[in-house]
Amino acid sequence: MQVARVIGDVISTIKEPALAGHKLLVLQPVTPDREPAGRTLVAVDAVSAGVGEYVFFVRGKEAAFPFYPSEPPVDACVVGIVDRWDLG
Amino acid sequence: MQLGRVIGTLVATQKHRKLEGAKLLLVQPLALDGQPRGVPVLTIDSVGAGVGERVLIVIEGRAAGEALGRKAAPVDAAIIGIVDRVDLPTENQTS
Repeated sequence: MQVARVIGDVISTIKEPALAGHKLLVLQPVTPDREPAGRTLVAVDAVSAGVGEYVFFVRGKEAAFPFYPSEPPVDACVVGIVDRWDLG
Repeated sequence: MQLGRVIGTLVATQKHRKLEGAKLLLVQPLALDGQPRGVPVLTIDSVGAGVGERVLIVIEGRAAGEALGRKAAPVDAAIIGIVDRVDLPTENQTS
């Protein structure tokens, strides 16, 4: 999983039926120092996150697990909203 | 699997229900020479690791889910061991 900042959302009217009703967020992955790390991506939302929040997301097949038994064709999913992190 | 060092803890109250109670640690993957390699990853800890320790991590969904002990959990990285020592006989060193 990786920490990211939600920088936007995607509106899509015509889409795969399994994606109906799911929010799509634009994420910028960040380092623990809050610097941008790598390319932005679009992820489906499982925790009602919003723009400006720090979140963490899962990649790959596991991104569809929060919607079981539905299996939306997604490869990234936001699964938590970050309160804070502490570097040792 | 990869070697890494635990660099921090992360707190998230609002998360997917399958992640409830999971301990979340930030881990910096390391090359064999101990240098950081790539971007830190957020992992589930199943072995009681702490900040500063060198650990063994899996970055793959099925293995990470099993480390958490829950089926179909939306996780893709987990700490599965605390490293005591890595022995690299000199003739096998590649990095």
